[in-house]
Amino acid sequence: MSESAAAAAAAEHGYRGLSEFPTMEATQIMSDKTEDNNNNDVLNFKATELRLGLPGSESPERVGFMSLKSSCPVSGAKRVFSDAINGSTKWVFSPDVKDIKPAVPVKEKKSSAPASKAQVVGWPPIRSFRKNTMASSQSQKQDGCDNNNNTETEGCETKSGPEPCLYVKVSMEGAPYLRKIDLKTYKSYVELSSALEKMFSCFTIGQFGSHGGCGRDGLNESRLTDLLRGSEYVVTYEDKDSDWMLVGDVPWEMFICSCKKLRIMKSSEAIGLAPRVMEKCRSRN
Amino acid sequence: MDLRLPSKVLEHIFSFVDSNEDRNSVSLVCKSWFETERLTRKRVFVRNCYAVTPAAVARRFPGMRSLTLKGKPHFADYNLVPDGWGGYAWPWIEAMAEKSPSLEELRLKRMVVTDECLEKIAASFKDFKVLVLTSCEGFSTDGLAAIAVACRNLTELELRECIVEDLGGDWLSYFPETLTSLVSLDFSCLDSEVKLSDLERLVSRSPNLKSLKLNRAVSLHALGSLLCLAPQLVELGTGSFSDKLDQEAVSKLAQVFTELKELKSLSGLWDVLPEYIPLLYSVCPGLTSLNLSYATVQMPDLVELLSRCSNLQKLWVMDLIEDKGLEVVASSCKELRELRVFPSGADVDETNVALTEQGLVYVSEACPNLESVLYFCAQFTNAALVTIAKNRPNLKCFRLCVIEPFASDHETHQPLDEGFKAIVESCKDLQRLSVSGLLTDKAFEHIGRHGKKLKMLSIAFAGDSDLMLHHLLSGCESLNKLEIRDCPFGDTALLENAAKLETMRSLWMSSCGVSFGACKLLSEKMPKLNVEVIDEHSPETRPDSSPVEKIYIYRTVAGPRMDMPEFVWTKHKNPEIGVSHLAIE
Repeated sequence: MSESAAAAAAAEHGYRGLSEFPTMEATQIMSDKTEDNNNNDVLNFKATELRLGLPGSESPERVGFMSLKSSCPVSGAKRVFSDAINGSTKWVFSPDVKDIKPAVPVKEKKSSAPASKAQVVGWPPIRSFRKNTMASSQSQKQDGCDNNNNTETEGCETKSGPEPCLYVKVSMEGAPYLRKIDLKTYKSYVELSSALEKMFSCFTIGQFGSHGGCGRDGLNESRLTDLLRGSEYVVTYEDKDSDWMLVGDVPWEMFICSCKKLRIMKSSEAIGLAPRVMEKCRSRN
Repeated sequence: MDLRLPSKVLEHIFSFVDSNEDRNSVSLVCKSWFETERLTRKRVFVRNCYAVTPAAVARRFPGMRSLTLKGKPHFADYNLVPDGWGGYAWPWIEAMAEKSPSLEELRLKRMVVTDECLEKIAASFKDFKVLVLTSCEGFSTDGLAAIAVACRNLTELELRECIVEDLGGDWLSYFPETLTSLVSLDFSCLDSEVKLSDLERLVSRSPNLKSLKLNRAVSLHALGSLLCLAPQLVELGTGSFSDKLDQEAVSKLAQVFTELKELKSLSGLWDVLPEYIPLLYSVCPGLTSLNLSYATVQMPDLVELLSRCSNLQKLWVMDLIEDKGLEVVASSCKELRELRVFPSGADVDETNVALTEQGLVYVSEACPNLESVLYFCAQFTNAALVTIAKNRPNLKCFRLCVIEPFASDHETHQPLDEGFKAIVESCKDLQRLSVSGLLTDKAFEHIGRHGKKLKMLSIAFAGDSDLMLHHLLSGCESLNKLEIRDCPFGDTALLENAAKLETMRSLWMSSCGVSFGACKLLSEKMPKLNVEVIDEHSPETRPDSSPVEKIYIYRTVAGPRMDMPEFVWTKHKNPEIGVSHLAIE
C-alpha cells in the first residue's frame, strides 16, 4: 500500500479527529528568531540546526520546533482552528465556541504557513476512494521517475507510461491563485525560475531574477545566499518525505523526481530550510 | 355485498405500479391490498439495513427477485464512521439464501461484504444475474472469482468505488466460456492487471455487452483492441490513458473511437495525456454523461473536449476546469442537468483558486435544465448564491462545499445566510441540500421556513446554538436524513423535537454538544428509535452532561441490533444504564 493509502487507512481509525498526517513539526520552517540569522554573511548551519526545544527555552541559535509551532505567525482563526483540531475535540463543546469563530475575513487566512495543514477527519468531504486515487496519482508520477514498473504479462503493458507528465502545483504566498506546471518541460533550474517569474510576475518576485541567477547554469550555495539576502521571495519545494526544501539544493534530475509541489515564499521565512539538506544527508548516513 | 376486487384483478392492476413509494402506499389501503401487493412485489428497497430484519423482509415478500440494501450512514464516506461499526451483508445473504433462493439481483451500498458472502451468493441463487456493490468493503478478488465461476446467467457485475483486497487479476479468468450473457462489467476500482487475452475473449463472447468499465491497469493499447471487439458499447470506462503510442497506433485508435456509434457515457481517463484528448472528439457529440473527475488535464484541453459535447447531460470534472472552462461548458452544453466539480488538491491549501463562484453562476445562467449541483470551491458570495437561485428555481439537489470552514462571503465578509435563503426560497422543489461557509442560526431559520420539500440535509461547521437544530427539525416537513458535524448545539432542540425523529430515516450528529444524558433520555422516550452513541471512550465513565463524540439515530422496527461493536453504546446494550437513570429520578 502506498504511503498515502496507508495514511488514509490510518485516518479511518483516527475517528477521534486527531491528525494522522505529518504534523506541523515535520513541515514547519518558520521562526521569528530568523531576524538574527539574516545578518550572517555565511549561513550558520549550526545556528539554524533544528532541535527539540521547549517554547521559550531556545537561544537565538536554537530553533526548536516546539517554539516554531508557537511562534509561527498566526493568521487569525485559521490557525486557531488548526490548533483546535490538533488538540482534543473538546473545543466544540466549550462555551467559548463562538469566540473561536473568525471575525477576520477569509482572505487573511490565505497568508498562513504552507505547513499549517492540520488534517480534519473527513474534511473536505471527499470519498476515501477519490483521495486514495488522487494520492496514488501523485506517487505514480514519482514511480515513473524511479522506473518502478509492474511486471508485464502477455500483451498487457505497464501501468504508467515511460514518460509521465510531472505536474506539480505552484503556490505563492499572498497570491490569490495557484498554478500547475509540468516539470518535464523544463531542463534546468534556470528555465524553471524564468517560467515562475513570468507566471507570478505581478508580485515582487522580480528580485529573484534580477540578481542574475538566470545567467548561470544552476543555483548553488552562494547563489542561494545572494537570493536569500537580497530578494524578497525564494522558491521552495516539498519533497517525497514531505519536507520543505529550498529549490536548487540538488541536481536537477534528482529534483524533478522528488519534487511534489512548489511554493514561493518570503525569503525571511525560508532561512531555516537551507541547512535541512545537510541534516537530511547527515541523518541518512 | 362483497365489494372486494378478486386478487387476480388486483394483481393485474398492481403490475402497473412500479415505484416502491406507490407500492408502499398501496399496501396501506387495506388487508387484501397489503396481501396482494406483498406477494407481487419483485423489487425490494431497504434503505437502512438495520431498520428491519432480513427475516421479516423475506417473509413479507416471497416473490422478491431484486434486493437493494444500504448500510452505513452517508458520513462513512468521509471516514467519520469507525471500522467495525456494522453494516454487514452476511445476515441478509444468509436469510435470502434460505427463504428467497430465486433472488436474482443484489445491490448493496456502504456495506461490509466478505468473501464468504460472495461464495454464499454464488452457491445459493441459481438464477443470479446482477451484483452491484457501491462503496463496499471487506472482500477480496477471490470472492469475485467465486461469483464469476458459478453465476451462469450473470448479466451485471459492478464494483463502484469499493475497497477490495486485491490478490491479483486472475478472478476474471474464472468466467466460463459458456457465459455469454454479460451486459455490464465494472471493475474500475481494482488495482491488479487482468489478463488481456481473457478479457478480450470475454468481451468477444458477450454480444449484449453495453457497459464496460476498465481499471487503471488496462493500457491505452489494450483499450484499442477491446473496443474493436465491442463497438456496441453504450458506456465506457477507460483504463489509463497515457501510454506513448506511435503514430500508426494513434490513428488506429482514433478510427476505433469513431466506430463507437452508441456511446453515451465516458469515464475513467486516468492519467490522460493532453495529446490524446483529440482521440475522443468523435464520440463527444453523442455523449450524455462524461466523468472527467480523475483526468488531470488543464483547462485548455478540457475546453477543447467539452465544447464538442453539445448533448451532455451529466458532467463530473475537477476544479482544473476553472471559471473559464465552465463558461465554455455553459455555452456548449445546453442540455446539462448535473454538474459536479471536485477539488484537485488534497486539502484547503491546495484549492485551485482559479475556480470561483463565477463558474457556477455561468452554468446556472445558461443551462436551463440544470437541477443537480455538487461544487467544491475555495470561496463564495451571497450575491452569487442569489443569482444562481434566481436563474435556476428548478434545482433539486444543491451541494456546495466551500472548502475553508467558516468562510464568509469573500466580498462583503458577511455570513452566507442570505445566499442560502435565496436558494431555499426560490428552489421550491429542492430535495437535497449541503451547506457550507460561515452560517448563523438565521440560515437555518430560512431553511426551516422554506425548505418544505427538503429530504436530505448536510451541515458542517455552522450555526450558533440550539436554535439551528430547532429550526430544522420543526420546519422541514419532508426531512428524511439529516447529518451534522461540528456544530455548537446541545440537548435542548433535540429533546424538544424528539417526535420528529420517528418521521425521519436517520439523524447523524458528530462533534456537536449533545450529552450522554440526552441520548439516554431520548432512548427512553422513543422506543421506536435506535439511539447509538459512538464513542471511543466509554461515556459511562463520564458525567451524563458530558458530550459524546458521535450519535446515529434511526427509526427501526427491528429493535436493537445484535452486532454492535464495543465502541457503540445504546440503552439496549447496557440496560442497566436506563435503569440507573430511572432510579436517580
